[in-house]
Amino acid sequence: MTKQEIAQEITSEMVAEHGLTEDEFANIVKALGRDPNFTELGIYSVMWSEHCSYKSSKVHLKKLPTEAPWVICGPGENAGVIDIGDGQAAIFKMESHNHPSFIEPYQGAATGVGGILRDVFTMGARPVANLNALRFGAANHEKTRHLVSGVVAGIGGYGNCVGVPTVGGETGFDASYNGNILVNAMTVGIADQNKIFYSAAAGMGKPVVYVGSKTGRDGIHGATMASTEFSEDNEEKRPTVQVGDPFTEKLLIEACLELMSSDAIVAIQDMGAAGLTSSSVEMASKGGVGFALNLDHVPQREENMLPYEMMLSESQERMLMILEPGKEDFAKAIFEKWGLDFAIIGEITDSGNLTLSFQGDVVADIPINSLVDDAPEYERPWIKPLSRKPVDMDELEKPEDYNKVLLDLVGGPNLSSRAWIWEQYDHMVMADTLKGGRPGGDAALVRIHGTKKALAMSTDCTPRYVEADPFEGGKQAVAETYRNISATGAKPLAITDCLNFGNPEKPEVMGQFAKACEGIGEACRVLEYPVVSGNVSLYNETNGEAIKPTPAIGGVGLIENYEDAVSIDFKTDGHAILVVGETEGHLGASIYLKEIFGLEEGEPPFVSLGQEKKHGEFVRSMIEQGHVRACHDISDGGIAVALAEMCMAGDIGANVADESDSLSFQAWAYGEDQARYIIAAEEHCAAKIMSDAAIMGIPAFCIGTVGGKKLEIGNRISIDVADLKSAHQSWMPNYMAEENKKS
Amino acid sequence: MKARIHITLKEGVLDPQGKAIQLALGDLGFGGVDDVRQGKYIEVDLAETDASKAKDALDDMCKKLLSNTVIENYTIDLDE
Amino acid sequence: MKSAVIVFPGSNCDRDIQVALRDITGVEPTMVWHGDSDFEKVDLIALPGGFSYGDYLRSGAMAPTSPVMKEVVKRAKDGVATLGICNGFQVLTEAGLLPGALMRNAGLKFICKDVKLRVDNSTSIFTNQYEQGEVINIPVAHHDGNYFCDEDTLETLECNSRIAFRYCDETGDASHEANINGSLNNIAGILNSKGNVLGLMPHPERLIDPVQGGTDGRKMFESILGALTNA
Repeated sequence: MTKQEIAQEITSEMVAEHGLTEDEFANIVKALGRDPNFTELGIYSVMWSEHCSYKSSKVHLKKLPTEAPWVICGPGENAGVIDIGDGQAAIFKMESHNHPSFIEPYQGAATGVGGILRDVFTMGARPVANLNALRFGAANHEKTRHLVSGVVAGIGGYGNCVGVPTVGGETGFDASYNGNILVNAMTVGIADQNKIFYSAAAGMGKPVVYVGSKTGRDGIHGATMASTEFSEDNEEKRPTVQVGDPFTEKLLIEACLELMSSDAIVAIQDMGAAGLTSSSVEMASKGGVGFALNLDHVPQREENMLPYEMMLSESQERMLMILEPGKEDFAKAIFEKWGLDFAIIGEITDSGNLTLSFQGDVVADIPINSLVDDAPEYERPWIKPLSRKPVDMDELEKPEDYNKVLLDLVGGPNLSSRAWIWEQYDHMVMADTLKGGRPGGDAALVRIHGTKKALAMSTDCTPRYVEADPFEGGKQAVAETYRNISATGAKPLAITDCLNFGNPEKPEVMGQFAKACEGIGEACRVLEYPVVSGNVSLYNETNGEAIKPTPAIGGVGLIENYEDAVSIDFKTDGHAILVVGETEGHLGASIYLKEIFGLEEGEPPFVSLGQEKKHGEFVRSMIEQGHVRACHDISDGGIAVALAEMCMAGDIGANVADESDSLSFQAWAYGEDQARYIIAAEEHCAAKIMSDAAIMGIPAFCIGTVGGKKLEIGNRISIDVADLKSAHQSWMPNYMAEENKKS
Repeated sequence: MKARIHITLKEGVLDPQGKAIQLALGDLGFGGVDDVRQGKYIEVDLAETDASKAKDALDDMCKKLLSNTVIENYTIDLDE
Repeated sequence: MKSAVIVFPGSNCDRDIQVALRDITGVEPTMVWHGDSDFEKVDLIALPGGFSYGDYLRSGAMAPTSPVMKEVVKRAKDGVATLGICNGFQVLTEAGLLPGALMRNAGLKFICKDVKLRVDNSTSIFTNQYEQGEVINIPVAHHDGNYFCDEDTLETLECNSRIAFRYCDETGDASHEANINGSLNNIAGILNSKGNVLGLMPHPERLIDPVQGGTDGRKMFESILGALTNA
């Protein structure tokens, strides 16, 4: 781009290329009282993009519950903040990096991790855990292996280097993601409540300071890319992907936390999507002030950079902060010690405008409220999703060999062991990851350093259900994190969400979004489990085909004494096995139907939120009282898969009665009814659990005992645990090893 | 003065990255690739104008930092 | 027993080893910044895991050029006990305090998991609390842990019992299958000729408390404490 190009008049083609509609452009002209110049057009285009403005989603997001007595800061800041006692806070958020990861899987995923880490340490927290939620195309799709390999290496490459353990996540394969994978990254950090930093700028004349890496031309228009659909030729968009430097991020974390231990910082914000533009606009807007920036002072990596490029660059590992006057030298010394750039690039003004100067000229002068408050907000038309017919299981031929069914499920793409993935992540650095909370269990458990407390964290979503019924699916995603956290003994406190959907301009997609939000909101209200941060990723489509709606939920809970926590593995011969919750044998939209019959039909299981709450509280109290030796939530694949997972984790068998009774065996064993847990307990404890459950009116059944080398379920299933493990552990490495053997 | 430095693994040191590239080339249908060795390429701009002094300095740089002579060899090309 | 932990930009296991040393020796270790050219007299110098200077160029390659490493090299040569874990091991080889080099894992992937190690030297100041041939459980977390050296060096290491730990299976067999990263002779950790420098890829500092999944790492620090306190 040349200076001439920038000085040129704005044409309707340029407006369209910036992803702005004619009406939106007219509003820009109205706000400015004149035509914008090219730099200003760029700034409006990113601020008014879906990614920054939430213009399609805001109206629905407003309905989510965001408050609870333990919520310190809900959505709107860089991340959500909750009270975890003793003057400490957990700060967390999940964010998508879908489009960049499809184009360049390693860097896309790596910078996704970097971005979410910054959102968390910006607020004063030391990051203590990373999680993720990944969705790839069908295993047999030609691009899938390459994408899995790159994304996993990218997440590991970044997280391992910054020294934050990647402790949990989920990975699914489904053809709807063939052309649009999902890479959602979550970071959880810990801060002292009296040392939390916010982004609202304040104080006329106070210096605006830029720290971190230099600005280059990378990722220009990343935010608008995340707001448009993919078409095949997007594969040419490589240069717009940012490149991450985890080493610099590590230094930035240490430098920021060092400065934060003083009282030099007034406000701080990371430069994420839309870089310098969104960070300065958000800080100024929240503080109700103006910013005057001199772009000549922005540290630059490349020569002859123009204002448009500097304002839209998405170079990584950069932060913007307002310092107390007089603290500049003190702050500068810290950043220089860590070898990072430090530059005063402007000051706070009372103009209410974002005023940019460059080589002696004012190159942009925009009222800040027009960028934020006047951003478009659409109540896009939506239609209620069609409800599905129940599946008539009697029409399906029953499997002859239930051993094979179970082996196919635990050894299939969606339920097999993810060790191939998480062994590439340093999940133990910081030495606070608890044995029972390492990857592979229900929730990750990370000790809060120097205390007896631990955080429990889990990411979940069942897109099959959300597609079948967005409302129930939205509820279920929240409920599943609630169960996973409860199953460790921790109390679920709050969630972050990452809402991945298709094109919101299509009423049926918008319908999925609206109903899923309603479902999430309903679950959060009943479970007293509010949303404290989140992110929306729309336009996840390729050539007009949308992904399965995927509202990934990241839940965070707390256990007061980590020695009380339990894990999923069966431990000792003779422990009784109990099922808590009612088994009705719901097979609609189940993994059993999908993987064994190739059917994606039927309604998803109904989620009784009242039962979820009651059963979760009951299980937690039994764990806290020390009655429970192992606990696992029942989800994909029902009782049979949950039992198999507990056997494999403990390397020990189980003998379980066929309690199908009036249900068919397949419905009893593979049904995905919600609000259920499997518990293993010593016999006398099992009796206590049963009697307490009876008093509280909670269904609890003893179905068998732990022991032996086989998993036996009635006379239908009898498999050596070693064979289960072999099937479970081999799918992923075998699948990935074929990368080099393809013809 | 501009110097171009190539760093390669010594003969006999297993090069798993080179092997992986070789396999991938085979997969893409490039037959007859007998061996692939992966190395590093480094460009250095020097203020020095005396070629022999520059070469000595570069040699020292390679020994002390740019290569690990336990496993790597290096070659220096100088634009004179 | 006094100890120092060297902190490079990009070190990320410095706190983990600090906690382990504090817990086991009962004395707060001194944290020494890479730019410091001098630090107080200590009985043990520990080089932590991480990605010093981003591990750009080669893992551990930049660290020997730092002011602090010149002092570390001098003291190690004078006989001060020096322990390098993971990136610290890479730094020790790059600094010439230990022979050989650590290359990209044979499988080309980062590996983080618990592995079995066989203790092949149980007399050193770092390992005297272990039994000879004992099989222990310690996690690894590295991308470049594939130990290589020339044949003469290997023979010297083997003949002088300088191989402290080898990757092995549950029975203690240092088999090909148990060799997680392609290291020569399954080498996981080696000593220098005087026995005062140990470098190893696995992370003993991550398993010192049962809630972390085991305590096999404790004995290394207890060995050091015993050897250096009685010395």
